[in-house]
Amino acid sequence: MSANGWLQIAVTLILVATAAVPLGLYMARVLAGERHPLSRLLGPVEAAFYRLAGIDPAREQRWLGYALAMLAFSAAGFAALYALMRFQAVLPLNPQGFAAVPPDLAFNTAVSFVTNTNWQAYGGESTMGHLVQMAGLTVQNFVSAATGIALAAAVTRAFARSGAQTLGNFWVDLTRTVLYVLLPLSILLALAFVLAGIPQTLSGAVEATTLEGAKQTLALGPIAGQEAIKQLGTNGGGFLNANSAHPFENPSALANVLSIAAMLLVSAATVVMFGRMIAAPRQARALIAAMAILLVAGVAIVYAAESAGNPLLTALGVDPLQGNMEGKEVRFGQALTALFVAATTGLSCGAVNAMHASLTPVGGLVPLFLIQLGEVLPGGVGSGLYGMLVFAVLAVFVAGLMVGRTPEYLGKRIEAREIKLAMLAVLILPLAILGFSAAAALLPDALASLANAGPHGLTEILYAYSSAAGNNGSAFAGLNANTAWFNTTLGIAMLAGRFAYVIPVLAMAGSLVGKTRAPATAGTFPTDGPLFVGLLIGVILILGGLQFFPALALGPIVEHFLMLAGKTF
Amino acid sequence: MSKHVTAEPGLFDAKILAEASLEALRKLDPRKLARNPVMFVTAVVALVVTLVAAREAATGSGHLLFTIQIALWLWFTVLFANFAEAVAEGRGKAQADSLRAMRRETVAKRLLFPDTPDRVYEGVGSDDLEVDDIVLVETGDVIPADGEIVEGVASVNESAITGESAPVIREAGGDRSAVTGGTTVLSDWIKVRVTAAPGSTFLDRMIALVEGASRQKTPNELALSILLSGLTLVFLIAVVSLWGLAAYSGTILSVTVLAALLVTLIPTTIGGLLSAIGIAGMDRLIRFNVVATSGRAVEAAGDVGTLLLDKTGTITYGNRMATEFVAVSGATVRSVAEAAFLASLADETPEGRSIVALAKADHGLKEPAGGRGSFVAFTAQTRISGVDLDGRLIRKGAVDAILRAIDLPLERTPPQFRQAVDRIARSGGTPLGVMENGRLIGVIHLKDVIKPDIKERFAALRAMGIRTVMVTGDNPVTAAAIASEAGVDDFIAEATPQDKLAYIRAEQERGRLIAMCGDGTNDAPALAQADVGVAMQTGTQAAREAGNMVDLDSNPTKLIEIVEIGKQLLMTRGSLTTFSIANDVAKYFAIIPALFVASYPELGALNVMHLATPESAILSAIIFNALIIVALIPLALKGVPYRAVGAAALLRRNLVVYGLGGLVLPFVGIKAVDLVVTALSLS
Repeated sequence: MSANGWLQIAVTLILVATAAVPLGLYMARVLAGERHPLSRLLGPVEAAFYRLAGIDPAREQRWLGYALAMLAFSAAGFAALYALMRFQAVLPLNPQGFAAVPPDLAFNTAVSFVTNTNWQAYGGESTMGHLVQMAGLTVQNFVSAATGIALAAAVTRAFARSGAQTLGNFWVDLTRTVLYVLLPLSILLALAFVLAGIPQTLSGAVEATTLEGAKQTLALGPIAGQEAIKQLGTNGGGFLNANSAHPFENPSALANVLSIAAMLLVSAATVVMFGRMIAAPRQARALIAAMAILLVAGVAIVYAAESAGNPLLTALGVDPLQGNMEGKEVRFGQALTALFVAATTGLSCGAVNAMHASLTPVGGLVPLFLIQLGEVLPGGVGSGLYGMLVFAVLAVFVAGLMVGRTPEYLGKRIEAREIKLAMLAVLILPLAILGFSAAAALLPDALASLANAGPHGLTEILYAYSSAAGNNGSAFAGLNANTAWFNTTLGIAMLAGRFAYVIPVLAMAGSLVGKTRAPATAGTFPTDGPLFVGLLIGVILILGGLQFFPALALGPIVEHFLMLAGKTF
Repeated sequence: MSKHVTAEPGLFDAKILAEASLEALRKLDPRKLARNPVMFVTAVVALVVTLVAAREAATGSGHLLFTIQIALWLWFTVLFANFAEAVAEGRGKAQADSLRAMRRETVAKRLLFPDTPDRVYEGVGSDDLEVDDIVLVETGDVIPADGEIVEGVASVNESAITGESAPVIREAGGDRSAVTGGTTVLSDWIKVRVTAAPGSTFLDRMIALVEGASRQKTPNELALSILLSGLTLVFLIAVVSLWGLAAYSGTILSVTVLAALLVTLIPTTIGGLLSAIGIAGMDRLIRFNVVATSGRAVEAAGDVGTLLLDKTGTITYGNRMATEFVAVSGATVRSVAEAAFLASLADETPEGRSIVALAKADHGLKEPAGGRGSFVAFTAQTRISGVDLDGRLIRKGAVDAILRAIDLPLERTPPQFRQAVDRIARSGGTPLGVMENGRLIGVIHLKDVIKPDIKERFAALRAMGIRTVMVTGDNPVTAAAIASEAGVDDFIAEATPQDKLAYIRAEQERGRLIAMCGDGTNDAPALAQADVGVAMQTGTQAAREAGNMVDLDSNPTKLIEIVEIGKQLLMTRGSLTTFSIANDVAKYFAIIPALFVASYPELGALNVMHLATPESAILSAIIFNALIIVALIPLALKGVPYRAVGAAALLRRNLVVYGLGGLVLPFVGIKAVDLVVTALSLS
């Protein structure tokens, strides 16, 4: 670790913090339907959409209506994407002439993009034509991210409103988020990316002759545009197989800083939006503080572990000052790689600028654990906020009793119904991650996909299911996931991680929105101070993470001790 | 403040413990266990391990001694939890027994012609009475059932219910008409209309409550049970899936060790103590001589945001006291004092006595030798009292009543008089006019005297975020003065029952929970609307039905203690939950390295406690897990100490003690158990 490295990390995080506040305040205006700078310009477009779809924007939905609208929209998105992939051979804009995507892979990929996971069991440049990439994947990059933000806005209203029935209108929230937030931001960022050297073209791959005279195929396409929303929407699904490690997706340290900042930006802004919408910015600050502390701790551990390097390689004569550079890009270095690794998993982005399988065991433990915590640091766009709110509700419930009152969060009493729904949501991750992992670890067919034996192989399995259930989408590498077993089970894990999680959360919001918001008094459990931040961190680690400890002990933890003992896999 | 607190049985009363031990075994009934999901899972797991031990004994395979010990300690875990509940119940049972002794069968005198003055009755067993029967109760009779006096006045010994031996007067009509079955008429006779069928009388309900027979999970307890069940499921998933992950890693985990891991991880500590905490909370309330009709009310008491307190009796002493004489129209203060003194000599009201006392103290007046003269009593029509003595007609009374008697409008009274009246009223006092032979001579200042410690208590409540609201029939000026002197946050002046009800509704709409106490029938709607409505035992049947608590001592100040008991109940639950969950960290460090030592000896690095062997590690964790339940029973029963220091300070303290303590203590505890286990070569 070096001061210079920490400076790079600090500069990136400060960049995010500076941009997130105005963006969050702007998003609060947008989602509250207030006037804002873009409403004069794009207002007629918004109105036209509603007229076309026959939506009355003033009519709000209860939680069930909201949930059904969201499910219907996601189902339609899935069907369209699945069809695009299955029929890609006969559709235009396919300069490489790729064949139809097989059913299991098409299912997996469609689920993956609709759930904002962007798990990619395929190599982008060798499987998907431009039409699928642009009209299918990129469109879902926008709308699945907007769905997350809409859901977060609905859950936010549950706390902001007192004694109300409705949580907002899904179609309105979706339209406004895409139109006023994601599209303008993406256009700006795409232009910045083009300036930074990322290609944006409709032409196909080009052939190049290398210095040695060998032929090389360079995949090209509309990369900058997809790259922008890939980061902003915490999607993470790259145009190219190597994702953000590829020089066309992430050509320089500057592009790397922009990428990290972009993926953190909207999620952080959503928390600011939350603070504005509930008219209690101090509460949002406490959430952000808990997120930031855990995220920076994650960055520090990765950075320290990777800088320390691998003693086995040092013994072979590798300069220990370099740290562990296997699987990393020299143009990013240790610090920005560590930040990228922690951010992409603390978020539910899943873009990668290094191969996570090549991290040291402890360095690899961090992204795995951050996903398992539920991706709340600050999490996927929208999903991070409502995930964090579930933890906040649980933290308040467990510890809030200690002040001698029925627990309240933001003035809303937390009672049996809320706890039931929060626990239902919390159950999903261990069930999907540990259940499928244990099954895969016992199935010879599944084990055939592993590139490594021993604990490293187990980590590959755990990582895949964690990434899917957490809707992260990053791959640990080393696992051939494009098999019928993995495509199907990972698809199910992704669906569970998104919908089986958010529906109880919406139901909880539906119950909370009807409650009267009690005024805070000296007897109220304070949820905006350092004490609560510490408590929240404790609850996230103990309730969110502890159940994964036995599994992790058999994966990266034992691998670490084995490495120290001189064994590798 | 008269407080009547029943002596608490010692925590380790031998009789209770012996009975509880038996009861703990009886509670192994699966139907009873099923009420507590965490303990039910523990019992199922214990059963499974017992079967494994039986198979190992039969086949001679496995590590029999170890399996038997694990099975035993798993059963102990369940038994200890049952024991905790039984001890809590046992403490209530002693009280129930003494109550039940009161509920003996008595012969009731049922009137045959209740509508006539005839007192012809037939003797029927009190258990055969029906609602709306009219019974006669005479001197020395036990009142056979709860009822309402329809005719007569009697003094009643209610010590069976209240523990207070001084008799109370009960009479038909008004707010003192309710009588309770099991109490005894000491003098006179009454006709009582039965209002509760046998088996559902107040005494019956009290017995049921004290015994915990009608105990249902309270809302917060239910929510906590759901959380604990959810956690149990999460750990079940973690443990079951671990078998698969371990098999991949080259270790086949036995059912015994998986069972041990599961039970140490699921929140058995709080799961085992949860119902004991609830029962103990009710019990504490009963020892304060307050009976709650549901556990829900006790919980709500902890949440109360606003206390509605009657001024009289709660904030001030029940009566006003004379503090000053003011002379007008050329009279001297001494002559006013003398006139007031003479007029009050025969006045037995507290106000009258205080006038006499003040006159004696300040002016050294003595009772006239020639007798007291003829006393003119206070009537509701004149609202004036006084004395006719040696041709002096002295009268005192409310200012408007005095002025009306001499037909003098206020504007034409001497300015001195108007100033005095105004000053007294504005300071929260009550001015009484004094006249002699139709001439206004002075004013007596009657003052509400605020209880000495009440202001500090209100400050403590404010620190806890609880608003106090004074309810009084006084005019706004008087009310404001007393309110500021007592330090309440708000007041309702000239309060009618409708005003109270409206105030409660308005506060509830703002999301606050309200507690109030009352005794009259006109308090009933407000008592029913309030989240915590404490009816006085001396109150009417309607009031007692409307509230959700009855204070047997009829002491309105107790509302404050009730709130504290409610808070203590919730705090105890929260603290033990936090403790229980924090315990898990150490248990992982004890068990995980032990499980995989065969295939991955390198994981021994996680054995930070340096536990002797894998078996001793697992055994120590499970023994610690069982013993901690027993160790925490006293805390569960006594409750976490409550301090009125505000939520932030309370949280910080409890988080350090139970959160951090819960994190650290098991590391020490498991290590200690491991040393013992190793020394005894149990593994």
